[in-house]
Amino acid sequence: MNNQQHDWSIEPQNSLLDLKLKDTWAYRDLLWLLVRRDFVSFYKQTILGPLWFFIQPLLTTIIFTFVFGNLAGISTDGLPQPLFYMAGITAWNYFSECLTKTSTVFKDNANIFGKVYFPRLIMPLSIVVSNLVRFGVQFLLFLIVMGYYYFMAKEDFSITWAISLFPLVVILMALLGLGLGMLISAMTTKYRDLAFLVTFGVQLLMYATTVIYPLSTAVENYPNYAWIIEYNPMTPLIETFRYGFLGNGTFSWSAIGYTTVVTLVILLVGIVVFNKVEKNFVDTV
Amino acid sequence: MSNIAIKAENLSKAYQLGEIGTGTISRDLERWYARIRGKEDPFLRIGETNDRTSKGSSDIVWSLKDINFEIEQGDAVGIIGRNGAGKSTLLKVLSRVTSPTSGRITGKGRIASLLEVGTGFHPELTGRENIYLNGAILGMRKKEITRKFDEIVDFAGVERYIDTPVKRYSSGMYVRLAFAVAAHLESEILIVDEVLAVGDAEFQKKCLGKMGEVSKGEGRTVLFVSHNMVSVNLLCQKGILLNHGNLQFIGDVNKAIERYTQIEQSMSSIYINKSTANYSIEEVRLLRTNDRVRLSFSDLIKFSIKLNITDSIQNVHLGVALIDKWKRKLFTSTIPINQKAIYLLSFPLNLLLSGTYTLDIATFIPNGANFNYIKDICPFEIEDFESESAIYGHADVGVINVECVWE
Repeated sequence: MNNQQHDWSIEPQNSLLDLKLKDTWAYRDLLWLLVRRDFVSFYKQTILGPLWFFIQPLLTTIIFTFVFGNLAGISTDGLPQPLFYMAGITAWNYFSECLTKTSTVFKDNANIFGKVYFPRLIMPLSIVVSNLVRFGVQFLLFLIVMGYYYFMAKEDFSITWAISLFPLVVILMALLGLGLGMLISAMTTKYRDLAFLVTFGVQLLMYATTVIYPLSTAVENYPNYAWIIEYNPMTPLIETFRYGFLGNGTFSWSAIGYTTVVTLVILLVGIVVFNKVEKNFVDTV
Repeated sequence: MSNIAIKAENLSKAYQLGEIGTGTISRDLERWYARIRGKEDPFLRIGETNDRTSKGSSDIVWSLKDINFEIEQGDAVGIIGRNGAGKSTLLKVLSRVTSPTSGRITGKGRIASLLEVGTGFHPELTGRENIYLNGAILGMRKKEITRKFDEIVDFAGVERYIDTPVKRYSSGMYVRLAFAVAAHLESEILIVDEVLAVGDAEFQKKCLGKMGEVSKGEGRTVLFVSHNMVSVNLLCQKGILLNHGNLQFIGDVNKAIERYTQIEQSMSSIYINKSTANYSIEEVRLLRTNDRVRLSFSDLIKFSIKLNITDSIQNVHLGVALIDKWKRKLFTSTIPINQKAIYLLSFPLNLLLSGTYTLDIATFIPNGANFNYIKDICPFEIEDFESESAIYGHADVGVINVECVWE
């Protein structure tokens, strides 16, 4: 018998490009169970249960309509204000939840990670998928509001062909949040400061994305600074989302292409850094 | 040639002491600069052992240092050593929770590690949901769990509660359920940290039984870390003794336990405590007949115990318990304390088997408060050349030596 034969080895360093995707696939059942756990534990012992998913976007929409729409009088490109804001909020919420939850994944799971090995990538993935469920529910709410404005209020807006890009938009939002979150999570294991930065950084980032104003208005009013908003990879996603469902927004293939490339690069770097940190984070967290 | 299940080569693991996070960016840059020039990490100095009692010169300690061993398939191996000897680190590296600083481990077969029972249990979820979740975290597929579900529930004995959230479980039930899931993992290698320290006696027995079954019956490799020498001895044939991060001994479990007690014995046979608290135990001294701590079987052993009594209280007792090498309490003897500060205690040794013993000493009010409770002091060793069990050497022949009459 050959003693050199072994199925696994534990070594200080792994190759940088070993993304452990195969390993992760073997644990796919765990992914679903974690998603289920997140969902079930969210509404257990609450009276309203999953209804809570509705309340947050509804209240935010009402407040945005009041503050930005009525008080500040920011243009909504001729769309009904609540609909405009809700589209932005629903999409933005998904991205920001993915980002903030993923960025604390090491800290939140230090307990489990310190005791059992499983491909760590499962955890951020489960966050993205759990939030997808949440996003689905909120999206449903958006559709209901859309239906109300279309049939009851007879508002004038139309669905465009870009609605077919909806799955791509969702996937890109998820991956962008995931990639950025993993990058940050990897760094927060050592430099805790970043964790503070994320919470308000995400809020600030929202204002640099076209959530509460249309891109066209930004370009019109601040032609010199609009590039900041245009180079923000989230902007094309939200604009496409609005263009698809409400028929109003700035859509261009090059913008979507740009976002796709940025997302994939961030995701790849995120996974590599994440996998590198995962090996020893238990010692520093 | 036999099958090697786990092989460790020059395995080392360094930890940084003190505050992590102050000045780390500059250190990281320095480290990174050293690395791109192909130099060694400037903050890892070679050759410092992990002795927590003495002050080292650098901030880095080697929790494991150049560990080499091979474990054969089907072996049950106990890993023993004092606190901080590197046992848990070794288990962590083996279960891939953290990676080694240098060296490597290779092996064959799926590893299941139980550094803790119930990892990932969610209090809001029911027993059923938690079995699935915990099983999946430990690496089981859903199908596999479904197949073993009834067996797991049966082993844990929580059938009535299976659809109740585990936060309503008693802690015993919780642990039983958690262990049951882990015990039904289909893995070739099982790594267990002192998880058996929980649950009631009956369940502990069941766990030990299950683990014994696992290693003997199913031919699985078991690595077991414990301070409880009885269970190590019961479960394992082989022992690995770690001391200050170094591998001190690997081989027969009885010899490993013997070596372990020898390390502990390097402690002095005199106990001195400078506390000024009332009824604190100031000094315990083994009065030797000659200059050895080792005693022969027929000797009478004598201790002097000095107390610090600043304020006399009614009904305070002094108690001494004799502890054997497996940390079992053999007997306890108590005496009411009067004004006297020094007490002499002696007992015959012919009731004892050969081996290492220590004392637990306490001052207390019966069924009331403890004033001072010291454990595991004044080790002494008994050599037995006379009794009938002497010829059996280190084999487990019982707890005490009784001179029986055969006719």
